[in-house]
Amino acid sequence: MAETLLDIRGLKTWFATDDGLVRAVDGVDLHIDRGETLGVVGESGCGKTVTARSVLKLIDMPPGRFEDGQILWQGRDLIPLGQDEMDKIRAREIAIIFQEPMTSLNPVYTVGHQIAEVLQQHEKLSRKQAIQAAVEMLRLVNIPNPQKRVHDYPHQFSGGMRQRVMIAMAMSCKPKLLIADEPTTALDVTIQAQILELMQEMKDKIGMSVMLITHAMGVVAETCQRVVVMYAGKVVEEAPVEALFGDPRHPYTQGLIRSIPRVDRAAEHKERLESIPGSVPSLLNPPTGCRFASRCKYAMDICVRGMPPLKEVGPGHRVACVL
Amino acid sequence: MAGSTPASLTAERPAPAGIAAGVTPRKKARFSPGLEAWRRFRRHKLAMASSIILGLIVVAVLLGPLIWRVPINEIDFASKLDGPSWAHPLGTDDLGQDILARLLYGGRISLAVGFCAMLVAAVVGVMVGAIAGMSRGSIDAALMWLADLFLSLPQLPLLLLISYLFRDSLTKILGTQGGIFVMIVVVIGGLRWMQVARLVRAQILSIREKEFIEAARALGASSFRQVVRHILPNALGPVIVAGTIDVAAAIIAESTLSFLGLGFPPDIPTWGRVLFDAKDTIDIAPHWALFSGGAIFLAVLTINFIGDGLRDAFDPRRVL
Amino acid sequence: MTETLISVKNLKKHFAISSGVFSRTHDYVHAVDGVSFDIGKGETLGLVGESGCGKSTTGRCILRLIEPTSGEVWFQGADVTRLGSDALRQLRRDMQIIFQDPYASLNPRLTVGAIIGEALQIHGLAKSRKALEERVVELLETVGLQPDHLFRFPHEFSGGQRQRIGIARALAVEPKLVVCDEPVSALDVSIQAQVINLLEDLQEKFGLTYLFIAHDLSVVEHISSRVAVMYLGRVVEIAPSRALYDTPLHPYTEALLSAVPIPDPTVKRKRIMLQGDVPNPIRPPSGCHFHTRCPIAKPDCAQRDPELLEKRPGHWVACHYRG
Repeated sequence: MAETLLDIRGLKTWFATDDGLVRAVDGVDLHIDRGETLGVVGESGCGKTVTARSVLKLIDMPPGRFEDGQILWQGRDLIPLGQDEMDKIRAREIAIIFQEPMTSLNPVYTVGHQIAEVLQQHEKLSRKQAIQAAVEMLRLVNIPNPQKRVHDYPHQFSGGMRQRVMIAMAMSCKPKLLIADEPTTALDVTIQAQILELMQEMKDKIGMSVMLITHAMGVVAETCQRVVVMYAGKVVEEAPVEALFGDPRHPYTQGLIRSIPRVDRAAEHKERLESIPGSVPSLLNPPTGCRFASRCKYAMDICVRGMPPLKEVGPGHRVACVL
Repeated sequence: MAGSTPASLTAERPAPAGIAAGVTPRKKARFSPGLEAWRRFRRHKLAMASSIILGLIVVAVLLGPLIWRVPINEIDFASKLDGPSWAHPLGTDDLGQDILARLLYGGRISLAVGFCAMLVAAVVGVMVGAIAGMSRGSIDAALMWLADLFLSLPQLPLLLLISYLFRDSLTKILGTQGGIFVMIVVVIGGLRWMQVARLVRAQILSIREKEFIEAARALGASSFRQVVRHILPNALGPVIVAGTIDVAAAIIAESTLSFLGLGFPPDIPTWGRVLFDAKDTIDIAPHWALFSGGAIFLAVLTINFIGDGLRDAFDPRRVL
Repeated sequence: MTETLISVKNLKKHFAISSGVFSRTHDYVHAVDGVSFDIGKGETLGLVGESGCGKSTTGRCILRLIEPTSGEVWFQGADVTRLGSDALRQLRRDMQIIFQDPYASLNPRLTVGAIIGEALQIHGLAKSRKALEERVVELLETVGLQPDHLFRFPHEFSGGQRQRIGIARALAVEPKLVVCDEPVSALDVSIQAQVINLLEDLQEKFGLTYLFIAHDLSVVEHISSRVAVMYLGRVVEIAPSRALYDTPLHPYTEALLSAVPIPDPTVKRKRIMLQGDVPNPIRPPSGCHFHTRCPIAKPDCAQRDPELLEKRPGHWVACHYRG
């Protein structure tokens, strides 16, 4: 029986803005077990990034707030915890890496200093020990010449290298869970391949779980064991990766998969990409009922009246749809 | 996330009719950037309140002297240094002159100086900044060097010098008030254009690189068209905000000059002058200094709050 | 055999890097370093490569939005690079561009009608105000927008809709060639499909020729009839779309293709991992620019520049050892 590390139940993270109340995350359930990679997929505005940041409570509390729900980390709810308690969990138990490594790294400190800082705070190492450990981390992430590069500044690294440094920082305390928020979106595809491979290596080495947030279905197919699809603040489908791609049940998932051009598909007759008409509804005033209804080709009256709950359609496969 | 209008569709497939009606579409009417800015300004309560107060001040100084007909220089030693009373709502000064009448009259000049100096700074600044921003290389470098030069000029000694050199000729041409007015406006405005120029230049440099300018070029737009139709309208937001700050600064500058006795002749009751006259009797007649200083303070405060509101209104994060 | 619409010969663009008080030129960024290709009337040539390869610069040089350092661009019997300003203005009617960033490519202070109508105004294509408005409405409907969008401002639209406005603007002058500079990269996946379909429809309807610049290989393969792969300022391979993907000849193309994630977990591929990062375009490697990362590099690859030769019918490669 797989051990569940993170269990998010009914999470609602709302933001009070000038324009009104933005229900960025509006009732999300998901869980991650030990050793697995969970993909959280969705397009802009679906709430995946807010969900990720909510786990580590990296949301600005005004204007954001946790309206409802629980975030259970190894059985313990993180939402009521104070800053001190959260600091113990951040980096040591749960680490996070972001999309844009240039802005996540402080440009005025060397990378060695930044990695060492994490170690000094959490593992109580001395400065000298911490720098040495930082060199090891850089070596681990395949940065050539780590002894020298540990004293370089972020701008002296390329995008791909900076992301490796981020990974090194995240790994330094050997966390149980790594949250990766679009880690390769800003990178070239060959560099992306390197980084994904590196993450897999790291995962194997320390038996870590990964929550991979992305909008790239190809990346999900190659790296994740299970997938959660989000739309407009809610989860619409959850499945093991083969089931999701082989038998997608939610019309949004189906539309998403069919709208992606595929390099490997024989295109003797160039098929037209199937597109989902319309655009994502505003989170300020979300529609009652299923949020995808306005764009769904199977939509019926019942869809507008109430939000369909997640129902089980296969082993580990749940869909929020009446079909 | 930018607000979305409902379902823009490819030519192929309309959404199921009944369902689309059930979903709440965005009800936004057409909103020009100007209207949007006004909406945001209105939300800034302090700015709105300040606008009203400043409006009242302006009306007061324009119409006040017509309504409150007490002469500004009626000397009455009997009631000198009196506190506020029904006859003299703001009290009298050491010559028995009515302070309210003097402030109302002098306010015209103080505000006019502030406003005109801002105009001088804005016009010169926008022109220099635009030319510098649009051209590259030597012209830009030369203009910025000029701006740096002006920035190192000290305002007060310069005013003294110009006053010494030009006061007589100016007063001969334009009369005492006119001459000094022009002189002060030119000096204050002439020493504030640099910030505006820098701002405009920076804005232009950043907007030039934007893709919509490149798009205009790709369509065949001439340089002139690019500047007038595309660049300047987008560049002027921060300039307007800076303008309000300039008005406030100019009012203070004029007050300082008058306070130092360098501005208008002593019989003209600009607010700074009145404050200057009041300083010697602060302990026995505090009302004099309080009301004149208070007038300056109130005007500058409201203008600064309005500037804040304008800054929020033009927030580039929202519009650009 | 389709007639050639545009022929690029040995195009080069070197950006001078100046520094110091007197702006002395020290070095050059070899952004485009000898690029040649033809595009036939009505076809779509995809131009692919990773960041820094020079594809965007190439596109802009063709339109003379950036002045090329040397080379020729033959279009309708004249060399574009030598045209005077009047003739260039005329040219703007025949060659247009669609930009990547839907947020930066539209003037936020102009109405949609003014943005699209500007082209008509500049070239005097509308006889009266009414005619102008009618034509703009026609264009709006062609790209799938509503007539009353005429009076709205860009910030009221979503990314996909703004891209449509940009497309309408480009179409206003009835161009023959449209350079599409990463037109869908900044859009969500489901919106990408909408815009790609639209571009294909417009091509068929108006007989347009596209130079489709992108880094997403899947998208390029889908929409292009032929594809050119660029690396560090040079074209390394050109081939019909299908041939490139089925039988890539250049080692870089192979690596690039193997790095593209496939949205299908059942497909397992061997990945060719390239080591290191893209070299600095200021000092590109001697000889073949790719030799520093090439898995099959031999000593003379650093000595001689490989020529782009037709190794198979319609399939050109720049490599000493392939084809």
